[in-house]
Amino acid sequence: MDNESQYSGYSYKSSHSRSSRKHRERRDRHRSKSRDSSSRGDKSVTIQAPGEPLLDTESTRGDDRDDNWGETTTVVTGTSEHSVSNEDLTRVSKELEESFPLDCRRFLGPALGAVLGLFALVTPLAFLALPQLLWRDSLEPCGTPCEGLYVSLAFKLLVLLISTWALFLRPPRATLPRFYVFRCLLLALVFLFVASYWLFYGVRVLEPRERDYRGIVGYAASLVDALLFIQYLALVLLEVRHLQPAFCLKVVRTTDGASRFYNTGHLSIQRAAVWVLDQYYSDFPVYNPALLNLPKSILSKKVSGFKVYTLGEENNTNNSTGQSRAMIAAAARRRDNSHNEYYYEEAEMDRRVRKRKARLVVAVEEAFTHIKRLQDDEPAASSPKHPREVMDPREAAQAIFAPMARAMQKYLRTTRQQPYHSMESILTHLQFCITHNMTPKAFLERYLSPGPTLQYQRENSRGRQWTLVSEEPVTSALRQGLVFSLRRLDFSLVVTVTPLPFLHLGEEFIDPKSHKFVMRLQSETSV
Amino acid sequence: MSFIPGQPVTAVVQRIEIRKLRQGEHLILGFSIGGGIDQDPGQNPFSEDKSDKGIYVTRVTPGGPAEVAGLMMGDKVMQVNGWDMTMVTHDQARKRLTKKNEDVVRLLVTRKSLEQAVRHSMM
Repeated sequence: MDNESQYSGYSYKSSHSRSSRKHRERRDRHRSKSRDSSSRGDKSVTIQAPGEPLLDTESTRGDDRDDNWGETTTVVTGTSEHSVSNEDLTRVSKELEESFPLDCRRFLGPALGAVLGLFALVTPLAFLALPQLLWRDSLEPCGTPCEGLYVSLAFKLLVLLISTWALFLRPPRATLPRFYVFRCLLLALVFLFVASYWLFYGVRVLEPRERDYRGIVGYAASLVDALLFIQYLALVLLEVRHLQPAFCLKVVRTTDGASRFYNTGHLSIQRAAVWVLDQYYSDFPVYNPALLNLPKSILSKKVSGFKVYTLGEENNTNNSTGQSRAMIAAAARRRDNSHNEYYYEEAEMDRRVRKRKARLVVAVEEAFTHIKRLQDDEPAASSPKHPREVMDPREAAQAIFAPMARAMQKYLRTTRQQPYHSMESILTHLQFCITHNMTPKAFLERYLSPGPTLQYQRENSRGRQWTLVSEEPVTSALRQGLVFSLRRLDFSLVVTVTPLPFLHLGEEFIDPKSHKFVMRLQSETSV
Repeated sequence: MSFIPGQPVTAVVQRIEIRKLRQGEHLILGFSIGGGIDQDPGQNPFSEDKSDKGIYVTRVTPGGPAEVAGLMMGDKVMQVNGWDMTMVTHDQARKRLTKKNEDVVRLLVTRKSLEQAVRHSMM
């Protein structure tokens, strides 16, 4: 048995006496403390130039993964109402892949959609203007009914314009792997409508030089009505249908088991994936790869320490299998104390974190007492002997950062958060808090608990790449028992779909006068 | 039959001995009780003082052992086999009366007419 191992002091079932156990524990604790201090680089805090990470190279493991996030590319499809079909898209994207810079591809879809929309909006005006331009003299004059139609046409066009701007002309927030069925349907519908109207217009009006202007105005007005109805259809299909909740999605992150439940309506898988990712960025605590597994030292103690000697046997083949089987059996029978070690390691970790947190809180509170806001009516210099230097928030932040830097550094390192907070970001946050009159507790909320992933994103317009993995085609609708997952480089989110239960709601009416009480009745017992 | 709290209760009692009758596997006494410290004393039709929470005999089955022994409706049970019945819950009273290993219960009961009788006899 390895008496010198660091965890042997934790097995209370050993036969050593209590006093020797205490000695061993104290020695182990001291040893672990000295291990910590040796990994720390410096003993004093120096304010480094901004931009450098606060901590030493111990933490680069997480940095690599972090940097990859912002640099990957996205595929172009639009999310506005008028998007192109898949074939066009692949052709276009192949053409554009080499030539355009990546950012432009995201806006190609909406641009095409805008062109089509503009064309559809200009068409009624063209219908009205063309006869006037081409054969004005032979047109029958049309009086009041035409004017009424003009006014209604103008207002309907205005409404169309405003609602298209409000609903569809938004910058797209996601690019989907397959084309968005409803949007393509609507696009096709619009195109069909406008094309057929032009066709009829060309055949019936332009060719024979139709003279009934009122009819032409009525024709244009009917086109605008049809466009309004298509927009109503678009509104219902794209925006309204999925608002009523019908399914409950359970989202679990594969690496650390963080899970959430969300209610959504009837969506296709890809739309549901986009929706889930929206919620993911603001609900899930940030993925910290350093906090994942049990330390190897606990887990790897399983199969060790058994040396099997063969005494005087000749045939080796039999021995090897017999040997391994004997080892496995012996290892299984041996009492497995790794849970014990895990428990004590957890307790020790908790204690350490709490201690560092206490030191951090005290340091920050004390630091915040060093400055105060200068009121407008106070004179800047209170006395010639103690001139008070007036500072702007940035300088004030730098001034009070020094006393708390060390405690902050140690706390971040204990909770493995140091890749997410560089010194520059801490200073910026401190400056922000000072400007808005926040208390030390408000300043610390960002560091004491892991925030949502969105809090740690750098400003980046490239976007994040996620892969949708699913056994069903991604344009099919959600239904019970569907499972799909969203994969990123180092973790994935597994989404399970269950329908919300149907509710049988009954009614029971209680008359307010029926609330009456009496003392307990005399009970009579026969003996 | 009213009592002053803190003072011992005095009453004129009659000793009644009831022999239990075996009916099937039950031993019955042939009367019903009501009252107890966990019951509502205001509903007791037999008590003089409506705050009296004692155990009262509410019904006597005709021809039963209790009637034979001379128990009457409206009697207040003061003691059963030496156990006090003036400050017990309803269930405790029932249990004291229906012990399976006792064949005979000796009650001390009191009623209004007893006191009147004593007063008359003294005058």
